[in-house]
Amino acid sequence: MNILKFITAGSVDDGKSTLIGRLLYDTNSILDDQLEAIQRANRKNDDGTVDLAILTDGLKAEREQGITIDVAYKYFQTDKRKFIIADAPGHIQYTRNMITGASNSDLIIILIDARKGVIEQTKRHSFIAKLLGLKKILVCVNKMDMVDYELAVYENIKTAYLKVAKNLGIDGVDFIPVSALKGDNIATISDRIDWYEGPSLLEYLEEVDIDQTSHDSSGWRLPVQWVIRPQASDLPDYRGYAGRVLGEGIKIGEEVLVLPAGIRSTIKQIEPDLTTENQSLNGRSIVIHLEDDIDISRGDFIVSANHPANTSKSLEAHISWFENQPLDPSQVYLLQNHSKVSKIKFPEVFYKYDIHTQEKLENQPIGLNDIGRVKIKSADEIVFDTQDVFAENSRAIVIDPRTNLTVAALMIQSA
Amino acid sequence: MDYLDHLEAEAIYILREVAGQFENPALLFSGGKDSITLVHLAKKAFRPGKFPFPLVHIDTGHNFPETIAFRDQLIEELGERLIVGYVQDSIDQGKVIEQNGKNASRNPLQTVTLLDTIEKHGFDACIGGARRDEEKARAKERIFSVRDDFGQWDPKKQRPELWNIFNGRIQKGENVRVFPISNWTELDVWNYIQREEIALPSLYFSHKRPVVLRNGQWMAADPILQIDQDDIVEHRSVRFRTIGDITCTASVDSEASDLPSIIEEIAASTISERGARMDDKVSEAAMEDRKKQGYF
Repeated sequence: MNILKFITAGSVDDGKSTLIGRLLYDTNSILDDQLEAIQRANRKNDDGTVDLAILTDGLKAEREQGITIDVAYKYFQTDKRKFIIADAPGHIQYTRNMITGASNSDLIIILIDARKGVIEQTKRHSFIAKLLGLKKILVCVNKMDMVDYELAVYENIKTAYLKVAKNLGIDGVDFIPVSALKGDNIATISDRIDWYEGPSLLEYLEEVDIDQTSHDSSGWRLPVQWVIRPQASDLPDYRGYAGRVLGEGIKIGEEVLVLPAGIRSTIKQIEPDLTTENQSLNGRSIVIHLEDDIDISRGDFIVSANHPANTSKSLEAHISWFENQPLDPSQVYLLQNHSKVSKIKFPEVFYKYDIHTQEKLENQPIGLNDIGRVKIKSADEIVFDTQDVFAENSRAIVIDPRTNLTVAALMIQSA
Repeated sequence: MDYLDHLEAEAIYILREVAGQFENPALLFSGGKDSITLVHLAKKAFRPGKFPFPLVHIDTGHNFPETIAFRDQLIEELGERLIVGYVQDSIDQGKVIEQNGKNASRNPLQTVTLLDTIEKHGFDACIGGARRDEEKARAKERIFSVRDDFGQWDPKKQRPELWNIFNGRIQKGENVRVFPISNWTELDVWNYIQREEIALPSLYFSHKRPVVLRNGQWMAADPILQIDQDDIVEHRSVRFRTIGDITCTASVDSEASDLPSIIEEIAASTISERGARMDDKVSEAAMEDRKKQGYF
């Protein structure tokens, strides 16, 4: 059994939290005392049914305002899969929280209100999904009960969305008509939408194939987090490099390249050694030993020699900015990718996107919730891959050393 | 990848980030199953080396004797350092005032002892076994959760946490709470304990003991609870689903005496784990309020 991580996105009142509440409720993931707590809180829908949104709005301020401010993670499982839901806010001023949730998801559910159709926020959320490289987009046309379950309404929205997707370069989108409030097509197929022939939302989530490993041709990376050196009398020479593997194909006897130094060696041992059981090491936290005594420390990368990563002091990346204080080209920032922190500057902002139209705007500062493309100059050699080649190694965060805050996310596009 | 392998790999990764990013981290150990699981994960992350942090226990003085015995034996087997902060010391120093009455608990007092212990030893990161599925305010907390000089959590000022890149940079005086098993559910922990054959205190397994009815729940009948003639005391077969101290954790009726039957019982349960925690029932926002004060 594996885990599917997904995020739900929609604008205010699209019924996002209700949809999640419904998924939890219909899979018996809400326990009696939690239901009691909901009833105690006495928040009701207009038709008198219990408001399931309260399950995900965990903060006082959210319950008071009836909106989602921060990402909440929720967990449920069926016989087929385990699920982690990131319930992210839809408001434009919480875009950074949505990006946080999306960065930890494989799939995004974009909710569209059947009465309103494709709106500006639908486009913005789709754009963010594309930018972060989410593997799958599912559009749920919600509140079908409010439009008398009409096929024509659904078809019109589908056509309109596909046009948006095409403009953004997104393909392979799936669609399901639902009513989260009434439970139509959530856990089971609804008789009230008899023209729809696909799976229910839950069936879809159980079966959808999220291709998590497709790096046979691009090798593997091991960002070194920690060096294990017991220096004990019974283990005088033990020196293990600990980290979490990205990609496939790491094995004993394989030639490696240590970056950014560029030194070659060979893998002597892997702990725990699962390759003999033919298990993939992708995503595992392991320790490796090399044949040669090399100076390797936290922040270095050990990579497959036949498909190495790139190194450069100059990069171009998409950036998503999170702070009120706009990007300052004269200021030194820190770039953290995996366990490596480097001093950087942004000598050039190429453009930022108009978040509403996705048009590129040149010569504009990058501020809160802006997304754009920048040039990066680094004091150290950065070990990276580009997003199209090896997404897991193209990501970084930007820290402002004056405040220690995480001020931006980077998706590296080229050297 | 199987989900338990996935969760294990993520937790080990987080523990190693703590080791790499902080000067003086600590692992908060309560003697409960979640922190025992953390210790097991730390062995996987750092052996054959030593742990790069001591274990820290905040002892309310009202712990079950089984918890303390288990803790001391575990520490001996591990050969790692244990630091204990005593709530009694905070009481003696006049920093907190003992509650009175039948529902008195030292549970709320331990936040002060925890913050004092952090300050005294200068810990810059404290690893804890909290999980997001436990409680709705916890569902909102980051894996690296920055606390201010007073240990307070500000839910409105959380740093964005992207991918698996953790920013643990802090100002002097601040500290970070780190939750490596944030994404585990109660059932995941039990399945992992079974798979890895992790030893647990006997309290988790069904046993007969005298229990006293308080606010509709069966609490261990210990003199600390000020039992008087009006109280209903019975001998029942019970186990503890979650272990805090004697004053804040209720038992559940159970015949489950081994891991498979516990897992079966939990999978079928219609009450959440924290349903047996008196400390969560104070108000709708009880956990959020305690976290804002500096709680785990």
